Amino acid sequence: MQNDQLALAQTRGSVDPRVKRPLPAWVSTTALLLPTYGWLTIAIFLPLLTMLAFSFMSATPMGKTPVEFTLKQYRAFIDQPYLLRIGFNSLMMGFWTTLFCAILGFLAAVALVRATVGKTRETLLVLILLPFWTNGLVRVFSWTMVLRENGFLDNILHMVAPDAGSISILYTRYAVVLGLVHGYLPYMILTCYIALVTIDDAIIEAAASLGARWWTILYKILIPMAAPGLISGAVLIFIPVIGSFMEPRILGGRVGVTMGTVIEDQFTQAFNWPLGASLSFTLLAVVLAIFATFSGVLRGRTAG
Amino acid sequence: MTNVKVKSVAKTYGPISVLTDISTEFPEGSFTSLLGPSGSGKTTLLRIIAGFIKPDEGVIMIGNNDVTNVPVWGRNIGMMFQSYALFPHMTIAQNVAFGLERRGIKGEAARKEVDRALEMVRLSGFGDRTPKQLSGGQQQRVALARAIVIKPSVLLLDEPLSALDRRLRQEMQVELLRIQRESGLTTIFVTHDQEEALTLSDKVAILDRGRIVQIGEPETVYERPLTRFAAEFLGDSNFLSGKVENGAVRLSNGTVVRSDSALPGNGADVTLAIRPEKMSLATADGQPNRLSARITTVIYAGPVLSYILETPDGLPLKLFAQNRDGRVLREGETVSLSWSPEHTIAVAN
Repeated sequence: MQNDQLALAQTRGSVDPRVKRPLPAWVSTTALLLPTYGWLTIAIFLPLLTMLAFSFMSATPMGKTPVEFTLKQYRAFIDQPYLLRIGFNSLMMGFWTTLFCAILGFLAAVALVRATVGKTRETLLVLILLPFWTNGLVRVFSWTMVLRENGFLDNILHMVAPDAGSISILYTRYAVVLGLVHGYLPYMILTCYIALVTIDDAIIEAAASLGARWWTILYKILIPMAAPGLISGAVLIFIPVIGSFMEPRILGGRVGVTMGTVIEDQFTQAFNWPLGASLSFTLLAVVLAIFATFSGVLRGRTAG
Repeated sequence: MTNVKVKSVAKTYGPISVLTDISTEFPEGSFTSLLGPSGSGKTTLLRIIAGFIKPDEGVIMIGNNDVTNVPVWGRNIGMMFQSYALFPHMTIAQNVAFGLERRGIKGEAARKEVDRALEMVRLSGFGDRTPKQLSGGQQQRVALARAIVIKPSVLLLDEPLSALDRRLRQEMQVELLRIQRESGLTTIFVTHDQEEALTLSDKVAILDRGRIVQIGEPETVYERPLTRFAAEFLGDSNFLSGKVENGAVRLSNGTVVRSDSALPGNGADVTLAIRPEKMSLATADGQPNRLSARITTVIYAGPVLSYILETPDGLPLKLFAQNRDGRVLREGETVSLSWSPEHTIAVAN
């Protein structure tokens, strides 16, 4: 189609000298990419570079203290060992959130793909996208209403068993992971859905005809074939989750101290932008290292 | 090796009846084609036998077992799909071994079975490749190996050759037939390709709107169609309608046509089917059935010449002639057609 039009344009060009010859391919490619890359440069690359520069400063340049070049911000993990524990907790938070999202999201995506009757699929998709359309703060605060002592959850429990104690999990790590899973689940559902929807029904039927029951089909066919969706979903969730600060702060209370909240504090409370920036870049380096390791492992497995 | 029995199976989707009271038997070791246009219910019947669809009514027997309520994975069937349906993330050997693993056959024993199955489909040494590295024909042979390696009770083929090009399809037909004969598997083959059905099968079942209109050996079904639909769908036919008169049929233009078929009583309406290749253009060959017609179109197809003709009263006819003496009649010529009463079949409408 495209080629036809190009060919058409070229023949026309040779017949009618007034019509310009089409531009060379590299010119049109550059022209098409320029808006995107220009925007990315301005919106992401420049601020990120500024932050990188900040991370090598001794103090925030807007203050009165003289600013000099230093590497001391990157020694924070050595100077303040409690940051190591916080960092580890943040990674675990990311791990559990990603894991729960993967399990729930994958199963939901399977259900979505199999829902072929009438408008069920559209309805389910809307329900899944609902958390995306609600304000994050509202979403998180509504969880506090559910999880707090004498909250919605407790009320339901007391309706069934009036003598039972409180099962409030507000201000625990469970609550934080719960809130995060709720917020990030749609990413996993959508990436898995896209991967699953391309699997031909006949492949599943072939497996069943060969004697595979549903769990075998799940482990041997669906999960391996939808692995790209699971991986991209995990990447999309893991990165923002370990840097998140809203959910840990509101649902975690005192236990909700994460790298995200520490970094946020440096910017908004302590006014120590260089430390905030250096912590951010350290976190980025750790995440990249984790992904590098995992992609190596995954590639090794597919090759072997 | 087992036979398959289908007893009064019916299936409706909402107001649409897809299958109506189907009862038939697929004998042990036979190769049966389910032939019909799309929407005739042939695929639904195959999928009911496989267990993907539950019939509203009726019983499915594989051997002596009633499998009507047995799920797909418990029926021990081998199945081939139009889209090959190989597992793309597994090697060829893993694909073939999949069904064996489900039956607890692993390691060396499984490897031997896989090798033997791949040898049977002439793909020895392809075990370490992935489906993507194989051609369409090779992929379909892997699918066949995967289906037969588990020694299924019945082999179900859902238009497995339709995605292949003509030459490859003919090659695969030969291969399929050889393997079916060697393994002795009861085979049910869904197709809309009549030539494929005739070449491959011991038995052909013609389906129309959810019913089996005729089932029998290819020769019988072709030479003695029972209904107008069967005569039209399997091969080509000319149809003449008229009234029975003294053991012959008088057409509306007055011509009397004789038929060896059993005819109803005097005055009854009857439709006669005559295959286009059974009519000849010879002028005096002593056949009692004759019509004169004008040639409207000549289709030259090498070995065979197709003539489209029209009788003076506007009845369209087709005639296939061997290109034997190299004489091609011209459009517009009026010729005399003749054919034998033996090839004049009375069909139900």
